[in-house]
Amino acid sequence: MKINVTDRDGGEHEVEATKGWRVMEIIREAGLPITAECGGACACATCHVYVADDWWDKLEPRGEEENDMLDLAFEVQENSRLSCQIMFDESLDGLKVTLAPE
Amino acid sequence: MSPDAASDKSFTVAEGSGPHATDVTIIGAGPCGLFAVFELGLLDLKCHLVDILDRPGGQCAELYPEKPIYDIPAVPICTGQELTDRLMEQIAPFDPVFHLNQMAEKLEKLEDGTWRLTTDTGTVIDSKVIVIAAGGGSFVPKKPPIPGIDAFEGTSVFYAVRKMEQFRGKRLIIAGGGDSALDWTLNLQPLAESVTLVHRRDEFRAAPDSVNKMRALVAERKMTLEIAQISGLQGEDGQLTGVVFKDKERGEWSMPCDMLLPFYGLTMKLGPVAEFGLNLEQNLIPVDTEKFETSTPGIFAIGDINTYRGKLKLILSGFHEAALMSQAAVRIVHPDKKIRFQYTTSSTDLQQKLGVA
Repeated sequence: MKINVTDRDGGEHEVEATKGWRVMEIIREAGLPITAECGGACACATCHVYVADDWWDKLEPRGEEENDMLDLAFEVQENSRLSCQIMFDESLDGLKVTLAPE
Repeated sequence: MSPDAASDKSFTVAEGSGPHATDVTIIGAGPCGLFAVFELGLLDLKCHLVDILDRPGGQCAELYPEKPIYDIPAVPICTGQELTDRLMEQIAPFDPVFHLNQMAEKLEKLEDGTWRLTTDTGTVIDSKVIVIAAGGGSFVPKKPPIPGIDAFEGTSVFYAVRKMEQFRGKRLIIAGGGDSALDWTLNLQPLAESVTLVHRRDEFRAAPDSVNKMRALVAERKMTLEIAQISGLQGEDGQLTGVVFKDKERGEWSMPCDMLLPFYGLTMKLGPVAEFGLNLEQNLIPVDTEKFETSTPGIFAIGDINTYRGKLKLILSGFHEAALMSQAAVRIVHPDKKIRFQYTTSSTDLQQKLGVA
């Protein structure tokens, strides 16, 4: 299974994805530049990504804590997510995300 | 020792800029730095700690004070703040001295081999041993990725308020939705020419009382609230003249402004430790796994900031590193002393140091 990540320079990366991993962990494992300072505790907003429109409805909605934490991110859009709060499984095979500016 | 020490939050804060003399200077008062005080204390070494935050605890205090931690040995669950409080209680018998709200900035070796550490506020601490327990680095304000913002920092863009007077009579824009943004909105509103709070949504994480007060000011037309994001800055030579806002419905528009105060929380940067002359690998400090010493004798690195084969960034690993580091540190501070390895369970000597025998 794969996800597709667009980096901050517009480069596209097809990345191996593992069921049960957080999308942040998948991006980090691939060596792409994601800060993920708090390590996945939904406490820092440094794993901010934009989710491609056609994938948005396939995700579990944002939690309240995640929405609060997005206040600490920049350039927040309707399709913003903290990638540590997205659990990957088969249904997300092919997911497209873009790393947000930081 | 008072058993209430931790709940009282009583600990020793340094007075004056020094030079202070101690055995070991610890950079970083997170869990590993705090536990190092314990291990060093059992070996009769006195410690001073330097931290950029205004309280001990490091990431546990700043990032996740209320998040549960499940992997501290023999503590099935505790929060970041509880872990900090327990460590403070555990090290209280050794009365460490804290230098808070400051960043370790310069490290030099004096002629007699003593390390002299100077902080960004001018505090000077002399010691034989330096322990870098700085985690992910210093907590510094997050800078918005707005093009050209650097040119305005310190003259028109401020990430903290040091002197309120400098904002008197100015047109201020304050960005953010947490306590810092709301508190400064309320505190600066009476003296500013105008205040606009800008936040991405019409909900705030800040204390409800502050939010209510802010909304009352808006209702009385004493300030404005914009639900928008900042997309650009206007001005030249470091002097802002306006800030460009954007939202989905209204597009982009600008608002006149003299000073901008963004409050988007903190992030970690290695900072001046990178200039200490140590080997670095991807902003981490390589150490050996016997003593957790850096490439420079007498300077140790423990916790998240170090790296070695098999390193795991776990609090419990940092505790282990602190124990082994201490054995090496005592041999530097007291090269001629015969070091005895003892258990707290059975050693009257150690129990006396802990104040329990």
